[in-house]
Amino acid sequence: MKAFSFERAIDAAQAAKRAFEMPGSKFIAGGTNLLDLMKHEIEVPPHLIDVTHIGLDEITATDDGGLRIGALVSNTALGADERIRRDYPVLSRALFAGASSQLRNKASTGGNLLQRTRCPYFFDPKMPCNKREPGAGCAALDEGADTRQLGVIGTSDHCIATHPSDMAVALRVLDAEVETIDPEGRTRRLTLDEFYLLPDDTPEVENALSPGEIITAVVLPAPVGGTQRYFKVRDRASYAFALVSVALIEQENGEGRVALGGVAPRPWRRDDADAELANGATAVMAKLLDGARPTPDNAYKLVLAERTLAALLAKE
Amino acid sequence: MTSTTTFEKHRESAQTRSSVALTINGQRHELTLDNRTTLLDALREHLNLTGSKKGCDHGQCGACTVFIDGQRVNACLTLAVMHQDDEITTIEGVGGVEHLDPMQQAFIDHDAFQCGYCTPGQICSAKATLEEIRAGIPSHVTKELTGPIELSDEEIRERMSGNLCRCGAYANILEAIRQVAKERA
Amino acid sequence: MDFNQSADENLFDRARIIGKPHKRIDGALKVTGTAPYAYERNDVVENHLVGYPLGASIAKGRITRMDAAAARNAEGVAAVITALDIDELPRADSNVAKLFGGDLVEHYHQAIAVVVAETLEQARAATSLIEVEYEETPGEFDLDDAWKRLQDRDVINEVGDVDAAFERAEVSIDEIYHTASQSHAMMEPHASIADWCDGKHLTLWTSNQMIAWSKKALATTLELDEADIRLESPFVGGGFGGKLWLRADAVLAALGSRETGRPVKVALPRPFIFNNATHRSGTVQRLRIAANKDGRITAFDHSAISHTLPGGSGEDAVNQTRCFYAGENRRVAHHAIDMNLPEAADMRAPGEASGLAVLEIAMDEMAEKLGLDPVEFRILNDTQVNPEEPHKRYSDRHFVECLQKGSEAFGWRERNKVPGSRREGQWLIGQGVAGAYRGAITMDSGARVRLSQGKLVVETDMTDIGTGSYTIIAQTVAETMGVTMDEVEVRLGNSAYPVSSGSGGQFGAASSTAGVYAACLALQEEIGKRLSIESPRFENGRVVSGDQDLGLFEIEGEELVGEDTLHFGDFQDEIELGTFGAHFVEVAVNAYTGETRLRRMLSVCDAGRILNPITARSQVLGGMVMSIGAALSESLSIDTARGFFANHDLAGYEIAVHADIPEQEVIFLDTLDGASTPLKAKGVGELGICGGAAAVANAMYNATGIRLRDYPLTLDRMLDRLPAI
Ligand SMILES: Cc1cc2nc3c(=O)[nH]c(=O)nc-3n(C[C@H](O)[C@H](O)[C@H](O)COP(=O)(O)OP(=O)(O)OC[C@H]3O[C@@H](n4cnc5c(N)ncnc54)[C@H](O)[C@@H]3O)c2cc1C
Ligand code: SF4
Ligand code: FES
Ligand code: FES
Repeated sequence: MKAFSFERAIDAAQAAKRAFEMPGSKFIAGGTNLLDLMKHEIEVPPHLIDVTHIGLDEITATDDGGLRIGALVSNTALGADERIRRDYPVLSRALFAGASSQLRNKASTGGNLLQRTRCPYFFDPKMPCNKREPGAGCAALDEGADTRQLGVIGTSDHCIATHPSDMAVALRVLDAEVETIDPEGRTRRLTLDEFYLLPDDTPEVENALSPGEIITAVVLPAPVGGTQRYFKVRDRASYAFALVSVALIEQENGEGRVALGGVAPRPWRRDDADAELANGATAVMAKLLDGARPTPDNAYKLVLAERTLAALLAKE
Repeated sequence: MTSTTTFEKHRESAQTRSSVALTINGQRHELTLDNRTTLLDALREHLNLTGSKKGCDHGQCGACTVFIDGQRVNACLTLAVMHQDDEITTIEGVGGVEHLDPMQQAFIDHDAFQCGYCTPGQICSAKATLEEIRAGIPSHVTKELTGPIELSDEEIRERMSGNLCRCGAYANILEAIRQVAKERA
Repeated sequence: MDFNQSADENLFDRARIIGKPHKRIDGALKVTGTAPYAYERNDVVENHLVGYPLGASIAKGRITRMDAAAARNAEGVAAVITALDIDELPRADSNVAKLFGGDLVEHYHQAIAVVVAETLEQARAATSLIEVEYEETPGEFDLDDAWKRLQDRDVINEVGDVDAAFERAEVSIDEIYHTASQSHAMMEPHASIADWCDGKHLTLWTSNQMIAWSKKALATTLELDEADIRLESPFVGGGFGGKLWLRADAVLAALGSRETGRPVKVALPRPFIFNNATHRSGTVQRLRIAANKDGRITAFDHSAISHTLPGGSGEDAVNQTRCFYAGENRRVAHHAIDMNLPEAADMRAPGEASGLAVLEIAMDEMAEKLGLDPVEFRILNDTQVNPEEPHKRYSDRHFVECLQKGSEAFGWRERNKVPGSRREGQWLIGQGVAGAYRGAITMDSGARVRLSQGKLVVETDMTDIGTGSYTIIAQTVAETMGVTMDEVEVRLGNSAYPVSSGSGGQFGAASSTAGVYAACLALQEEIGKRLSIESPRFENGRVVSGDQDLGLFEIEGEELVGEDTLHFGDFQDEIELGTFGAHFVEVAVNAYTGETRLRRMLSVCDAGRILNPITARSQVLGGMVMSIGAALSESLSIDTARGFFANHDLAGYEIAVHADIPEQEVIFLDTLDGASTPLKAKGVGELGICGGAAAVANAMYNATGIRLRDYPLTLDRMLDRLPAI
């Protein structure tokens, strides 16, 4: 870990401003991803801005019947919130499927969205990785590499990593939006598809945040009801990242929404795939995974995604 | 000037140490620490509180589990300087050889460890598990999100899964937790 | 004391303490976090510095340049020692890869520098300032390639006419299997504090299973006199074979201390455990079994390969096939292939863990082909002699009883016999069985017992790696000397104490307690001499002989000391000593996703006298857990492009978590093996991991009808064969 200076921010606007003034600085919330990466010198911020005392740790009702989740609400608090459990159960489920109790107690809503990939080569500073070091090459693309956990769709010739968040998959299926404030004090809202960028030839650029811009909240639209489920498939029963996960909202009339985790650089959802829901898992995946480019080691994820959705749709 | 060299200049000139007052097991400690010091290293290397263990230093094993303001966390993934005024409890605060906490006693009674290295973390998590169930916080295996939470084996196992034990003492850890749960009920 | 013939009836057959449940005497220290592990020896070391290692980033080649100037100038840095600064250190016999020095790179994350600084933060940051350039040479990383290439494998042994037996066979199978490379992944990383300030006398506080071996290895590696080395390792946070040897942490700490003149501590960062330290090699195995229609096995033909760095021995997966089941014709061959992955070495039940994982699937396949119950099939092929050398009888073998008792307790008879036909909702339910076998090795073991100030102090360099040594040694002393547990103090893991068996190969418990027993007898003799009495009895804290009756702790005069080593005689070479078991497993496999979750597991063990049923049970439970991990998730994934284990952390290398472990039960048969030790005990520390993985595989087959032969048995291997959706 490289040395850094440290300050505690008092509110979001000030934090954003300070971040802009200190190039290369990073916000630190729970620290569960940032410190992990700093120890490996994958992240080397010269300055840290502690945002754990800027407030934003509440969940409040919005005018249109939704909820506004402060960026510093912990994953535990969010998952355990009664309104979330009642009206957005898929989010609660996704949160509790992630990490461990200890980590969820620290992990924040903003930090969870911004956690970086678990690609083993990204995590090993000695390996070439375009995401870590633009232009260095991608160790995962070499023949013989370990790609079992990596992405099958939305990837590029420069990077095939996935986004590891469970929470984000549920947020995507709920059409949540990310709210930010920038150093000038301007706020904006982004859908998750606007927020997360695909790698193309710049895998190091993962999201639409501009320098200094800070996440203040995640906004959930009014509850959509339906049966909401999150199915996370992994090798061991707990404390493991998803091989594939499926967030599903099913309405009585057979309509619904599906988002996938563990397969792409962002939570993966398509409207035309949602539209196929009444036609079953195979039809949904034909659309949702159209254009997939798996490796021989992770092609199973295509089958697994389909079967996982089928498991959710099966009434047994 | 490239941005990397700006960063390096900054690192050289900036203040990279901070003063922090940590309240640990009820005792206040004033420290001046390298900003990089994790809470775990502050405990182990600066305060000689070596009961919290370092198994991975990356949030992947749970050996470093401590309580901050009553919540269990991985001490290896948080900076000491972020905990000014927080109440921290470590295994040393849970109980000592002469005044064992019921959970510690239950671990001995059920042989809920072998090498002992994961044990302080397991004990902190075990206590937290019962608290979290009591507080109505759901888990991955909770059947009904809106209903009450059962104190079942399955719930305990899931909630203890952030603490690896390579000696494989899980079955006995479960027994120990059950014993304490029963004593409480 | 020589142990030259089987033990007759002795005091342990009337035991008050041995064989009875006793809670761990070191328990309070462990649950309070006050047991001192190597990196934490602030009680004995002051003013130390912290060392942090740098690992090579290639698998094979040479270092052409290292520039450590920036690291040396970094804040807080006291010294940087690079591999190019010193010649290659001599390798001890027990080290295959070199530990440090010189330009040669033999594996990824080989230690190539250590930075010593005031704090961890400073040392760690400075390592990344070291510039390294390499000249890479292509390496060999793919075991399957080697398998395909390999024509003639070394035949270890052939008995009878195997080829003819297969030609005649009424029923046979012939399949290829894979087991994965595995990491010990003990929770305490390798760690050492070294004080070598004067460059002559070295004290090492370390985490090591084998004090005497490591002292010897240190002497060779650092070119020191053994007499100038002191090693302490009173608490070891897990080893599983990974801490049998001297490793880089100790060497780097020592070099750092010599360089700086201050004690230095080094812990291997977690990623180093996978690529710098040792691991269990993966295997490719071909197994053929031939049998008559009645189910009697006529031939085994088992060949296997594993990987090793040149000079090592890999993972011999065929060993158990030589002796576990009957059959006149048998052939085994193992070839350790030179490859450029990190050093493969012993991990819990080396050989058998991988071999039984395969043999016991094959037995299931045979039973199925023969239309026999897998339990019955195994019983039918039990043997009471070593089938390769039938004059060698098993001293005490109750494998059949393990199977029978297990069937009963598990409810085996009620199991569903048609694979894939029991379904509960989305889950396919299945049950499986496997046999377990592990040799019962004994190793000479010494100890010293001192009658000192109201207690008996026992000292031996034996280690407690979670195995319960502290407790069973106290029990042995208390039993033999007729005192209570409270009156015994156990001191372990110190090179100042008599050399013991150490902890490994499941020989530790049986051997070290035998050594302690010998030392107790030596003390009894001293006491007899002091009191001038003939063959005194030691009971209830008293020494009794004729009309003499004196409190043991009332003996006056100088401290009395008994020291001895128990030597195991050659007679053991002429008999087969083994431990046996049977595992029963129930799994649920998700019919859609292929996720497999255990529901319950039972193991029945036949391992001679169980010295302490509490700690022995924990050992078996732990072995079972490890076998579940091996079955379902553990695999070091080899990047064959770059030659290293890519998943080098505890998030990527998935050992079983609590939620993976369902109801577990252990049954010990009430057996005694007088040929093993005076206490009639054998080890159980490794038995639990032997065969367990195959029981899971067989249960999965029973659940799904899908036969998996490649570990770990992950869902991607069977998705295409699960029921259609
Ligand atoms: C062993 C392990 C297992 C895990 N398993 C899972 C899993 O199964 N599923 C899963 O989803 N996750 C998993 N995680 C990841 C975990 O969820 C994340 O580490 C956590 O959510 C990050 O939140 P944080 O607050 O700690 O972020 P931090 O580490 O504090 O920050 C992460 C990033 O977000 C930035 N940031 C933080 N807050 C803001 C803000 N308000 N505005 C702008 N930028 C911000 C930081 O600068 C940093 O770049 C696991 C982590 C570990 C270590
Ligand atoms: S897949 Fe992406 S993150 Fe992984 S090595 Fe390649 S570029 Fe880096
Ligand atoms: S040391 Fe903190 S989780 Fe492993
Ligand atoms: S007791 Fe050894 S790791 Fe848990």
